[in-house]
Amino acid sequence: MDIPRYWRLKDQRYRLQGRKCKDCGNLSFPPRLVCQKCKSRKSVPHEFKGLGKLYTYTAIYQAPDRFDPMVPYIVGLIDLEEGVRITAQVTDVLPEDVVIGMDLEMVIRKIYADGDKGPILYGYKFRPILKKMTA
Amino acid sequence: MSEIMKPARDVGIVGYGAYVPVYRLPASEISNQWRSGHDLNFLPIKQKSVPGMDEDVITMSIEASKNALKRAGIHPKDIRAIWVGSESHPYAVKPSGTVVGEVLNIIPNILSADMEFACKAGTEAIQAATAFIGSSMGDYALAIGMDTAQGRPGDALEYTAAAGGAAFIMGPAEKSLAVVEGSFSYVTDTPDFFRRAYQKYPEHGNRFTGEPAYFKHITESVKALLKGLNLKPSDFTAAVFHQPNVKFPQNVAKMLGFSKEQIKYGLLSGMIGNTYAGSSVIGLTDILDHSHAGDRILLASFGSGAGSDAFSLMVTNKIKNAVKKAPLTMDYVDRSISVNYGLYARWRNKIIME
Repeated sequence: MDIPRYWRLKDQRYRLQGRKCKDCGNLSFPPRLVCQKCKSRKSVPHEFKGLGKLYTYTAIYQAPDRFDPMVPYIVGLIDLEEGVRITAQVTDVLPEDVVIGMDLEMVIRKIYADGDKGPILYGYKFRPILKKMTA
Repeated sequence: MSEIMKPARDVGIVGYGAYVPVYRLPASEISNQWRSGHDLNFLPIKQKSVPGMDEDVITMSIEASKNALKRAGIHPKDIRAIWVGSESHPYAVKPSGTVVGEVLNIIPNILSADMEFACKAGTEAIQAATAFIGSSMGDYALAIGMDTAQGRPGDALEYTAAAGGAAFIMGPAEKSLAVVEGSFSYVTDTPDFFRRAYQKYPEHGNRFTGEPAYFKHITESVKALLKGLNLKPSDFTAAVFHQPNVKFPQNVAKMLGFSKEQIKYGLLSGMIGNTYAGSSVIGLTDILDHSHAGDRILLASFGSGAGSDAFSLMVTNKIKNAVKKAPLTMDYVDRSISVNYGLYARWRNKIIME
C-alpha cells in the first residue's frame, strides 16, 4: 500500500495543482521545486483550469498489474490552455474515436483500487469536452 | 395528521448539478442474454446508464457538485456540511464526502457523513441540509443523491439498475433559485427490498414492491404535504416522483391527480434507468433546467425499507442566470456510447475470475 504517497500527492491529483515561479511566472506540472526556466527556487501553488487539447496518444493493451483490469485504455499527452504539456489517461471515449487535437477537460476518476482491501486512488483524467460553456 | 416540516429560517436550493455516465446498455441486451428476447415487447425502459470502469459514487458526486457550485456562485469554503446519499458508497467505512470536499476545496471546516436509505438517501440528505441551514448552524450545505446501482444478473432489477444522480447546495431562501415551501416525510418498516452486509446484490420482496411500498408511501407523503400547505395538484407547474421504471411514476402521478403535462420534464428513467438515490433528484434537475420564476415544483422520493420525502419548491427569478452556468441534465442524458452485455458484465464485476 502506498498510503503516504496517495496522501502527499492529493493536491496535484485532485486539483491539478502545480507551481508558478515567483520570479519569472513559469508554470510547472507536476510541481517542480526549481523553475525549469530561470532556476529560481521561489514558487507558489497554481491550480490549472483543466482544459486542453490532445497532442498525441497511445492505446495501452499490455498494462502494469494495477491498471490491467482497465485495458484497453488511452494515455495521452495533453497541451493545457496555460501552455504546459502533461500526461494523463483519456477516458469516456472508445480508442477508435480518439482524434489528435480534440478538446479535452479534466475529470476526477478512479485511477486504480489497491487490491480488494487497500485504498482507492482518485485523480485527474481527461475526457472529450462535454459542453463548451460561454458563461 | 402531523404538520408539515418547515425550518425556522426559510431555506432553498442555491445551486444544483446533475451527472450521468456516458455509457448505455439497451434493455434488449439483457432480454436477449437472459430470456432469448421473449420479453422484448414488455421492457420497463429503453436503456440504462452504466458507469465506466473508472467511475463510482465519489467521482460522480464530484462532477455533479462541481456543476452545483458553478450555479451557486459561492466560495466552496462557505459550505459547512456535505452529505452523500447512496446505496453504493465505494467504501464500507470511509466517508465519500471527504473526497468530494477535498477535491472541491470545501474542506476542512465542515461536517460530513454518508447517508443510506435505499432510493431516498438523496432526499434524506436534502432534508438534513434544509434543517442544518434552517437552524442557522451554517449558511450552505451540499446534499448529494448518487448511485451505481447493483442488479443481480438475470434478475428483473437488472434491466433498470443504473448510475447517476444530482447534487444540491442548500442555502438561505433569499439566495435561492428555488425556495422550499415545506416538506413531509413518511416512513414505515416495509420489507420490499434490502441488501444484507457483504452481499453483492439486493433482494426484493416481490409483491411488496408496488402497492404497499412505492404507491403507499409516496401517496401518503404527498397528500400530507398538500394538505399541510393547503395546495392541490393543479397549483404545481411540474412534479417528479421516484422513477424505478417509467410506469410507476406515471401511475402515482395519475393516482394523486397530476397530469401528463406536469410530469413531462424530469421523467428520465426510460433513457437512463433507475439511478436509485439519484433517481427523483436528477429528475428535479431536469425540471429546474426548464423552469421559470414563479413555477411550483413537487419532488417526491421513495426509498425501500420504506419511506418517502415530499417537497414543495417555489422557483425564484435567480433561476434564469443559474441554469446556463453549468451543463444541462439533458446534455448528460443525450450523450451515449452503447455497450453490449459482455462488456457491461466485465465492467460491473459480474464475471468471477477466481
